[in-house]
Amino acid sequence: MATKTTILDLPEDELVHPGNRACAGCGLSINYRIGLKALGRDTILVVPPSCLTVLQGLYPIATTQLPCLNVTFASTAAAATGVLAALKAQGRDKTIVAAWAGDGGTADIGLQALSGACERDENLIFICYDNEAYMNTGVQRSGTTPQGVITTTTPIKGKLQKKKDVTAIMAAHRLSYVATASASFPLDLYDKIIKAKTFSGPKYIHIHTPCPAGWGFDPRYSVKIGRLAVETGLYDLYEIEYSKWQLTGPSKKLIGKKRRPVTDYFNTQTRFKAMSRELIAGVQKEIDAKWEGYADT
Amino acid sequence: MHIIESGNVAAAMGVKLARTQVVAAYPITPQTPLTEKLSEFVDSGEMEAQYIPVESEHSALSVCIAASSTGSRTFTATSANGLLYMHEQIHWAAGARLPIVMCVVNRGVGAPWTVWNDHQDSISQRDTGWIQLYVCDHQQIIDTVIKAFYLAEFVSIPVMVCYDGYLLSHTYMPFDIPDPAQVDKFLPPFTPEYMLDPARPKNLNTVTLPDTRTDIHGNTAPGYMEIRHNLHSDLRSTLTVVEEIDQKFQAVFNRGGNPYVEKYKCNDAEFIAVCLGSLSYQLRDVIDALREEGIKVGVLGLRLYRPFPHHAVIEALSGTKGVIVFEKALSYGNQGALFGDIKSALYNADRRPKIHNYILGLGGREIKTQDLLDALRNSCTDKEKMNNTPKWVGLKL
Repeated sequence: MATKTTILDLPEDELVHPGNRACAGCGLSINYRIGLKALGRDTILVVPPSCLTVLQGLYPIATTQLPCLNVTFASTAAAATGVLAALKAQGRDKTIVAAWAGDGGTADIGLQALSGACERDENLIFICYDNEAYMNTGVQRSGTTPQGVITTTTPIKGKLQKKKDVTAIMAAHRLSYVATASASFPLDLYDKIIKAKTFSGPKYIHIHTPCPAGWGFDPRYSVKIGRLAVETGLYDLYEIEYSKWQLTGPSKKLIGKKRRPVTDYFNTQTRFKAMSRELIAGVQKEIDAKWEGYADT
Repeated sequence: MHIIESGNVAAAMGVKLARTQVVAAYPITPQTPLTEKLSEFVDSGEMEAQYIPVESEHSALSVCIAASSTGSRTFTATSANGLLYMHEQIHWAAGARLPIVMCVVNRGVGAPWTVWNDHQDSISQRDTGWIQLYVCDHQQIIDTVIKAFYLAEFVSIPVMVCYDGYLLSHTYMPFDIPDPAQVDKFLPPFTPEYMLDPARPKNLNTVTLPDTRTDIHGNTAPGYMEIRHNLHSDLRSTLTVVEEIDQKFQAVFNRGGNPYVEKYKCNDAEFIAVCLGSLSYQLRDVIDALREEGIKVGVLGLRLYRPFPHHAVIEALSGTKGVIVFEKALSYGNQGALFGDIKSALYNADRRPKIHNYILGLGGREIKTQDLLDALRNSCTDKEKMNNTPKWVGLKL
């Protein structure tokens, strides 16, 4: 990372009003507050249905101080394209266009439009806050729900399939900038959004976002649990600049170090209670192999 | 300047003359030549617009919705399944009160696959809150596209300009290209009241409650139901606006008229055939032939289908002996949608005619003049009892 922002350097300008409709301990609240600071006031937001729609507030009162277009579920990246096209037609193209969607709106119903916008090289920042299920509708499984997780549509055995790697799919579009981030490392997220603003074409940032209600933990542990996901090596923070991949910040520091076992993370949340010993051992083995590969980088 | 070109090219020229700023489209037969022509205009620099080659029709209308919300004049075009794939966005565009113009190049819908003309596609979208205009020839296509932008922006409601696939889209006819300077005089640039702008931030299309709600200044804001009522009442007020715009257009271009319905030999008619689209011109030959047989018959083509022009329909049809509705679409399990609309308009009229419904031309089934002649003659001479059950014309098995 070129710059390392500290808590003292963060802009004081608050673009999200306090007292919004997000749940206590919501990881998105952290993302959104910090993310909008990084995007700045000359930004137009595009938001599909998600927990963020709820956080936005109920008409005629809004939480966000930026212009925001709420759009249909499948249309986020196409709508961002439309905003960009209109701005270009009017010569207002310095304004940043940022789409902010959940994991369902990105990995599932929104993927076609997102892929299309990436292929067309639209100058947008697409941010996915991944709380690993359809939380707004009551915790149904999504493409990014990890294997073994209990949701309301995988209620007994847990999800049988693995998590979709959306960031890799985005990287396969050969974007100028792709990054992962975590709600529990907001300054890393802030720096990545600042960096994304310096690239042209589509930029993609995927944020791991703890959700107390959907994951089954006490709201006060949100930040801790997000950190555990990184510290156990389950969720890696990295960035890809023009196909050049590198771990960043907290994940980079784990190279060559002894990581905490994945059970430290799984044991903190009720959603993992259906995972068998074999499955957990399999995940640990996969994570270890992944990090062995990182040791050479 | 007069040229001979296809209906799709006429539409594209109208879009260009309207100085459309953002075009988004996805190819589908028989709309394709229209979007090809627009890409050519943009690529060659003839048209100063952003052309977005989207990955689906859903995205085509999404781009228009967002671009219109950001203050640009926008256009898209589609047909059949493409229109149906947009369905969610079609409701959204009207609900968000965006003045998007869309050409619907009418085609039957699958399954089974068909690419030929009927009206099931646009008729199935009649309850979405859009204005629907139907045209009969190439001059009407190019003129109506230009008028549609004026209308859409005047009432903040999106407009569909519907024309028959192949019969109009791919046939060549002479038409006059309006003078660009005169079009500029007729159609001023798009100046929306609200748009997405960091200098004046607004959060558009947020969750709206069933009831009204007070804002932070103590003003009462509408609930969902008031917003929907506004859309309906503004659509109804469009009925007067359509005529004013047509007169304004006539003053500049010296052509037009018939903003609601187009009549042929209706003045002394005892029986009137009613339909949408180019079929009304095809029926003129049939009317002439039946008049030679001594049957006083005329044809009424609806140019405006939504909002429904009750007054024009009642004025033309009330007092006749019989009304015969020919339709290239069907509300399955009931009857033709237009048939139902015409009947409902006449129900409270002083003098109600008998009324009959023919379904024809589905999936491009050839509409033979002889079949039209027989059907219309049978209805006018009481050989075919007029009732609620639609009869099919040209059915072979």
